[in-house]
Amino acid sequence: MAALGRVSRLLLGAAAPRSLPARGMAAAAAHEEGGARMWKTLTFLVALPGVAVCMLNCYLKAQHHHERPEFVPYSHLRIRTKQKVSVEVLDHLEQLALVDFRDSEGVERLQKAIQFADQLHEVNTDGVEPMDSVLEDRCLYLREDDVTEGNCTKELLENAREKVEEYFVAPPGNIPLPKLEERETFLQGSK
Amino acid sequence: MAAAVAMAARGCGGVWRRARQRGAGQPGPGPGPFPRGQRAVACNARGGAVPAGKSGLVPWVPVVGLEIHAQISSNSKLFSGSQVQFAAPPNSLVSFFDASLPGTLPVLNRRCVEAAVMTGLALNCSINKKSLFDRKHYFYADLPAGYQITQQRVPIAVNGSLSYSLCIDNKMSQMVTKTVRIKQIQLEQDSGKSLHDDTRSQTLVDLNRAGVGLMEVVMEPDMCCGEEAAAAVRELQLILQTLGSSQAVMAEGQLRVDANVSVHHPGEPYGVRTEVKNINSIRFLAKAIDYEIQRQIEELENGGTILNETRAFDSKLGCTVPMRDKEGKQDYRFMPEPNLPPLILYDAKSLPANMNHQQVINIDWIHERLPDLPSVKRKKLVEQYGILPEHSFTLLNEDGLAEFFESVVKQTQMKPKKVIGWILKDLLSYLKQHSLTVKESPVSSFLLADLLNLLEKKEISSPAAKQVFMELWKGEGKTPLEIVKEQKLGLLQDQKELEQICQAVIDGQENEVMAIKAGNQKVLNKLIGLVQKKTEGRSNPVLVKQLLEKKLSE
Repeated sequence: MAALGRVSRLLLGAAAPRSLPARGMAAAAAHEEGGARMWKTLTFLVALPGVAVCMLNCYLKAQHHHERPEFVPYSHLRIRTKQKVSVEVLDHLEQLALVDFRDSEGVERLQKAIQFADQLHEVNTDGVEPMDSVLEDRCLYLREDDVTEGNCTKELLENAREKVEEYFVAPPGNIPLPKLEERETFLQGSK
Repeated sequence: MAAAVAMAARGCGGVWRRARQRGAGQPGPGPGPFPRGQRAVACNARGGAVPAGKSGLVPWVPVVGLEIHAQISSNSKLFSGSQVQFAAPPNSLVSFFDASLPGTLPVLNRRCVEAAVMTGLALNCSINKKSLFDRKHYFYADLPAGYQITQQRVPIAVNGSLSYSLCIDNKMSQMVTKTVRIKQIQLEQDSGKSLHDDTRSQTLVDLNRAGVGLMEVVMEPDMCCGEEAAAAVRELQLILQTLGSSQAVMAEGQLRVDANVSVHHPGEPYGVRTEVKNINSIRFLAKAIDYEIQRQIEELENGGTILNETRAFDSKLGCTVPMRDKEGKQDYRFMPEPNLPPLILYDAKSLPANMNHQQVINIDWIHERLPDLPSVKRKKLVEQYGILPEHSFTLLNEDGLAEFFESVVKQTQMKPKKVIGWILKDLLSYLKQHSLTVKESPVSSFLLADLLNLLEKKEISSPAAKQVFMELWKGEGKTPLEIVKEQKLGLLQDQKELEQICQAVIDGQENEVMAIKAGNQKVLNKLIGLVQKKTEGRSNPVLVKQLLEKKLSE
């Protein structure tokens, strides 16, 4: 409430820029009345006529018939087949890319992504070279065969959790994900 | 991986051992060009069919294909500016890109592209003017990015051929030329090195080698036994070394070979293939392939099946053992490398006019500057010096021997055909006995030429020359002439003295003289022998024979 009062005083102060700034409280009270009148004038002379003009415009526009564009049943907007990703594929993906789909929402998101990308199948690409990057017309820069980097062993090893004599330490070989049956994943339930 | 660890625990002592999978193995014994050791499989060099084992009547046809990785000889790595060097403190030659820290991007090295183009041209490949880079994804500790940048869809060179020669029989007398098709040559990154510490159950990773440029040469399965594969790899090694695109030393891991082996009956489709890795020298390559062929034949004849697996060659036991545990078929999820536009190469016709010279690689320009390939060099040696093709083979096989031979021929009056005998029989056998390279030979080409001149001028006999050679080998710095004087090996030049000795012998051997006069010429040799004894081997046998015959006919 107090903030509102402050704001209105600010607005009123801005609304009467030409009045002399050196005024007392009495002058301010007189101003409030002047401010309300200004807003009344604005409403009746600007706002309401503006609304009326817009209404007129809409009415006139609606008058001449719009041709509705012909309905084309685009196949990419009518894909009805929902790709269901099988559990084997999901398990295979989890093993390969080491992602965890966690719950049905994760899987659902994957399905939606596949569906979205499947729209590409609707386009006829016979005889068109596939593009793998918008940079395909750029020139591949060739570097001269000079030694310009290296010798930063300390910096590289700074982030390593474990190190032995300047070697990185890793587990003794790939630890594969256990098979589906042995893992605790929600995928087990859905078959 | 578990199998590899188990293998380590079983066979090799010692705490540290190098990774089996990446084949950066221990130095093997020197490669022989035509490994002739115990061959388990008698490969018919003409047909390739192996007579069947104990039971069957139908012959087996082995099929061998090779995948060769050659490390490009360059100053810096393929996509980053860190140095390429064999032995260096761990992780000291690693840039942020090699360690795949986020925010780094690959920048292609011009020298690596040129090396690949040179190799492609030398192997008669067609060079793809536009080639693409891809990512090959798999997880391993020495591949920090989780993927390797390679060229899978459109490599830099395709459809070439490699011609190599091998001996049909063991006597090095008959050589046959064979060809193997090259499927493609592609540029790719190397991975780092893993050192397995089994006691503490951990792997130590050194990324010095990560990102180094490799040329992968994929050969079609046109070969049929270990010997052919070894000859092909040896020829490729010579070509790479001549071009300078790779130093191709297997012991330092600059040339790594994986063999794909399968067997089938003629007329039937190809059998299941296995991949053999961890081969550290050309000799082991032949052994490993032959063993694997034999193993597959035995397995199939006993009613078993061959699994499509990866096997490692155990050089100590001389056999292949299964390597990876059953991961199933690897899915590498190839995808185009988004950070690299296509690699465009030009030739004289398509050269763009207004481009920066440094950014343009002109295939024709490189083609003009290719050095003489080994096959061309061999032909030139045979034509120029009249030596046999087998000889030129051995000359080029030893590093520096051909140059040694040519410099001796220049400095001596002896015919090249005779010089080659000295080089191949005497010099080479001495070098091999003492395990020396031509550069380390105590006998320089100058000294040998000197010796051969003495022999040619008939100042010493052939056996005396061999003795002088043995003396020269000690490397005491004496010239042949000095040795001859010291040991009194010079042939008697004084005709009169020789005649006197001959006369003395004739006078002393009345029976033999009568036998010769009666017609028995063989006894003459006995007289020659006696003269030789009297002169302590310093007489020219031909001259002695002439003198004796003259005297006896008087």
